[in-house]
Amino acid sequence: MLELQHVYKTFNPGTVNAKTALDDLCLTLNDGDFVTVIGGNGAGKSTMLNAISGVWKPDSGKVIIDGVDVTNMPEYKRAKFLGRVFQDPMMGTAASMGIDENLALAARRGKRRGLAWGVTKKEKAQYRDLLASLDLGLEDRMTSKVGLLSGGQRQAVTLLMASLQEPKLLLLDEHTAALDPKTAAKVLALSDEIVARNRLTTLMVTHNMHDAIAHGNRLIMMHNGRVILDISGEEKKKLTVEDLLEKFTAVSGQEFANDRALLS
Amino acid sequence: MSLTTFLNAMPGAVAQGLIWGIMAIGVYITYKVLDIADLTVDGSMCTGGAVCAMMMISGHGVAVSLIVAVLAGMLAGLVTGIFHTFMGIPAILAGILTQLSLYSINLKIMGKANVALSVRNYDVLVSLNYIRNVPFYKNTILVVAIFVVVLIAFLYWYFGTEMGCGVRATGNNLNMARAQGINTNFYKVFGLVISNGIVALSGALLAQYQGFADVNMARGAIVIGLAAVIIGQALFGRLLRGNFALKLLRVALGGIVYFIVYQTVILAGLDPDLLKMLSAVVVAIFLAVPYWKTKYFTKPSVKGGKDNA
Repeated sequence: MLELQHVYKTFNPGTVNAKTALDDLCLTLNDGDFVTVIGGNGAGKSTMLNAISGVWKPDSGKVIIDGVDVTNMPEYKRAKFLGRVFQDPMMGTAASMGIDENLALAARRGKRRGLAWGVTKKEKAQYRDLLASLDLGLEDRMTSKVGLLSGGQRQAVTLLMASLQEPKLLLLDEHTAALDPKTAAKVLALSDEIVARNRLTTLMVTHNMHDAIAHGNRLIMMHNGRVILDISGEEKKKLTVEDLLEKFTAVSGQEFANDRALLS
Repeated sequence: MSLTTFLNAMPGAVAQGLIWGIMAIGVYITYKVLDIADLTVDGSMCTGGAVCAMMMISGHGVAVSLIVAVLAGMLAGLVTGIFHTFMGIPAILAGILTQLSLYSINLKIMGKANVALSVRNYDVLVSLNYIRNVPFYKNTILVVAIFVVVLIAFLYWYFGTEMGCGVRATGNNLNMARAQGINTNFYKVFGLVISNGIVALSGALLAQYQGFADVNMARGAIVIGLAAVIIGQALFGRLLRGNFALKLLRVALGGIVYFIVYQTVILAGLDPDLLKMLSAVVVAIFLAVPYWKTKYFTKPSVKGGKDNA
């Protein structure tokens, strides 16, 4: 479903601030994989998602989604393959547009936008049911501006938007990091549900090792812009946080330096 | 200032305010919907007036002249859009560059700094002579009001379509828009094109109304447009809230209020040379109010006191 072949990316090349964010990154995701991604700060987790979604072009290497080489495809064009939820709840929605309008925008991802109505009556009914399934009471506030919603509600709506046009690949970039623990758990459960219901191939970056272990069928750990650990199946089910820390030290030769990950 | 002079000046102020209200609606689209401060308008408004005047002088009908004027304005918006998206120039600077080059272009269109478009010689649609003592259907206030209503209806429809939603999403959140497959650069250019087309329409009407086109006729237009947007929001924000059409309507009303105030201070004997400065100060203060509000007036509990807006 997704193939990253020898992807390199250096920010500010040729300056003192040069930072190699992706260093010969290779990764293959199979159809239906739900992969959790962990790693310290600056390991390249978000950079990898940005390479996939096309925020910029990699210096070299290839990005292939569902057999299509998208390396040179602009971000808005490859959006048709991707559902994305960001860390910042503000980033995934248009704040001064209604909930229904946001969903309708997402429903037209990868389609031509013409002069038909932006939200049709039929759609409204469909969105009402979908929103009701979130159990957040949003179905009665369909035309409310998304800017009025809480962070958790916005992430829930963004999740719905990401899955509306069934994406080839769902990218979750620390999408619960900005939420309080209770809301985070709710949004995570919802993510699980949506992934399972639509059988989405998913890449979920998280800083929370427990979450990384508890969710998905495969776990990868990144360090210095490459994958240093790739665990799946039975082995993953038996993982503990201690195992992960030990493995990290063994593979990278360093202590896992990320308080946020360890304390959560 | 006698009450009669004041009252006599009012219909003219309303007509002029409505014409500028059209311009302000164009500004609203870039400034509020697209979140771009587009300074092209100072040039494209004059382009609209210049093109319309020259077309009519060379014998074309008023309808064709208006259409060509709008197209010329759209072209100006296209240039700014290309500067901004294709060439990566910050939006404000892109607008300034277009505006500057339009100064030369407007001079070339007219051949000189100023051309007359007298109501006696040409069959204009609106004029300051058509305010009183004309059949009601020729009354400039009515004619411009119809333009405003049709324009608002068109924009209300357009921004409700899939494309219009794309423009709004682009102005709201570029990241989100791209993630939803929206070509943000295309929609930015598109918004600039529409906006400047509307602004040029206003310029074309203004040239007819005042009976001439002048290379300086729209100097500082962006400030007047912003003033109309801000006044409309401040005065009618509570009354006319909710849907997009009402928001546009209050922009047009803001234009009228601006020109009523303008006429009043002139009649009161204020030096007209100071008017532009006054407009700038008023706009600056109104733009600062929301900032001051968040900076100085957001406390957990505000007891009593009146709204500082």
